[in-house]
Amino acid sequence: MKEHAQKAAEFIRNESRADWHDEALWFVRAKRDKASHSIPEWEQLRELASRIKDNVLAGLDGYLEQFEANALRNGVHVHWAADAEDHNRIVYGILQKHGVERIVKSKSMLTEECRLNEYLIENGIEVVDTDLGERIIQLKEEPPSHIVMPAIHLKKEEVGELFHQKLHTEKGATGPQYLAEAARQHLRQKFLSAQAAITGVNFAIAETGGVVVCTNEGNADMGVHLAPVQIHCMGIEKILPKAEHLGVFTRLLARSATGQPITIYTSHYHRPREGGEMHIVIVDNGRTTQLGRADFRNSLKCIRCGACMNTCPIYRRSGGHSYGYTIPGPIGSILTPGIDLKKYSGLPFASTLCGSCSDVCPVKINIHEQLYRWRQIIAEQGHLPPAKRQSMKWAARVLARPVWYNLAGKMARWALKWLPRPLLYNRFNEWGKDRELPEPPKQSFKEWYPRKQA
Amino acid sequence: MSKDKILAAIRKNKPTEVPLPEPPSFPGRESSPVEAFASMVEAGGGKAVRAAGPEELNTTIKRLFPKAEKVASPLPEVRPTIELDHLSSPAELETIDVAVIRGQLGVAENGAIWTTEEDCGHRVLPFITQHLVIVLNPGKIVDNMHQAYEHIQIDATGFGLFIAGPSKTADIEQSLVIGAQGARSMTVILKE
Ligand code: SF4
Repeated sequence: MKEHAQKAAEFIRNESRADWHDEALWFVRAKRDKASHSIPEWEQLRELASRIKDNVLAGLDGYLEQFEANALRNGVHVHWAADAEDHNRIVYGILQKHGVERIVKSKSMLTEECRLNEYLIENGIEVVDTDLGERIIQLKEEPPSHIVMPAIHLKKEEVGELFHQKLHTEKGATGPQYLAEAARQHLRQKFLSAQAAITGVNFAIAETGGVVVCTNEGNADMGVHLAPVQIHCMGIEKILPKAEHLGVFTRLLARSATGQPITIYTSHYHRPREGGEMHIVIVDNGRTTQLGRADFRNSLKCIRCGACMNTCPIYRRSGGHSYGYTIPGPIGSILTPGIDLKKYSGLPFASTLCGSCSDVCPVKINIHEQLYRWRQIIAEQGHLPPAKRQSMKWAARVLARPVWYNLAGKMARWALKWLPRPLLYNRFNEWGKDRELPEPPKQSFKEWYPRKQA
Repeated sequence: MSKDKILAAIRKNKPTEVPLPEPPSFPGRESSPVEAFASMVEAGGGKAVRAAGPEELNTTIKRLFPKAEKVASPLPEVRPTIELDHLSSPAELETIDVAVIRGQLGVAENGAIWTTEEDCGHRVLPFITQHLVIVLNPGKIVDNMHQAYEHIQIDATGFGLFIAGPSKTADIEQSLVIGAQGARSMTVILKE
């Protein structure tokens, strides 16, 4: 796999496009600020959400059992999946039982994580993603680049060309209104003929045994209420103890995600409709392992709002695809090393550690601290790239010896002053790439301080 | 069994118990929750109008949708042009122009309206209709989501939801488009 830094370099090569991407996300971040500032108790809500999740994680076994018992009482079929394969097999089994050939799906990061679409398609099932952004990237055969806005990396011209080819819209038509209308007509046909609908889950309520799904488009509900079989796939961490906790989380989610005061639809599913069948699949897939890591278990509080991505100076300038995982950005960078430390060892370094992610996170995950902690673990376990490992070694030696240190400072000041540009700005000097090195000071602080005292 | 495996792993790995915080009741700040509600509905792309009685309710619907051929509603006070009972297949429901349903509760802070399958006739009705009208008693408007969840019982029916406007998307270059997969417009008629 290519390193994040390499893919980011490719992304910013097209400067105007990188700027456009950066601004599009910053625009969403600004909307989030406005929405959150309109709530005086915002910080209190974040604290509450974080503490509710603390309680959930500490009592997760009991809550899941309570949730299952209540869901069963509601007439819902409950399944447990230890990993992605298990999950995919279970979903396929349900579809097989009903002879299903065509399904519609609404957005679910969990099913992306499990690669459910690929699995079902291989088994001959037609899978249609129905969130507009997801449909766009599905037609384009790309993974999502953002968890809330999956097609944020695409321009309307590209969507127009794609729709022209796949949905036969007019050549050259790029108006979002026109393109969205074409998708609406296309998707309505899919909704009407689907035999099963799959959704993700935003919240699962232990006390009532029901699940809550939030959308703006209404696509989850169009699927669920038209198809005879509804399947909701959830990670074990989606639990909330009681209905009253939804008050806290629904106030935080949409404001953090897009700056809306609430999503257009907040649907609560408790029982199948007459003649229908409702399934809930509860998935682990590595989450219990993460729960055992004291330094990182807070990442399980994530409600997938995407705010940490929108605010991240690295994400905005490198794009979601550069992370090489379903969940990109700061949260992706603390989840992935727990999945495969070697493969994703570059991601915790895709950060300036500015801490903006932690500041906006509605459940107060200490994202930047976890990034730093992963860096330490990656170094301890020897997964640093060779160049970084060598320079760290040298830095350690120099910093341990005052004489070397003083000399190094002098040399650096001299070099900055006298060396010709090509010797300073070349491929061996990472710090000279795309930026100017600082003006050399005349003396070091160590030289300056005693003179000042004298 | 995956269930036992997962539960055992949780028991082994979970942190020590911490108490569940009680969310305090955050008081509303609006002097007029109804006004605040109406302006949030408009901000979300919906429309809020008032009707004095059942007669005005029907004339308002007629005035708002003069060309609508198929108006369907489970509400006894609404005069539909087509009986919901006669529309059973999804394909037939798809031809509905206007659906009028009841809202049980409005939320001032975000313009959301709680409604359940019992208020809709068909679960899919508020989504599949081209235009959605929700009749809401202005006396049933609370300040915020905390109060809303105190008033409703989410599992009283098999399906219930908050609706806060017409279906929308911003998935193409962040341009707001009203009328994604669900209703193209939402009008709240405030009626005692
Ligand atoms: S880590 Fe926090 S900010 Fe990032 S997606 Fe999750 S909840 Fe949102």
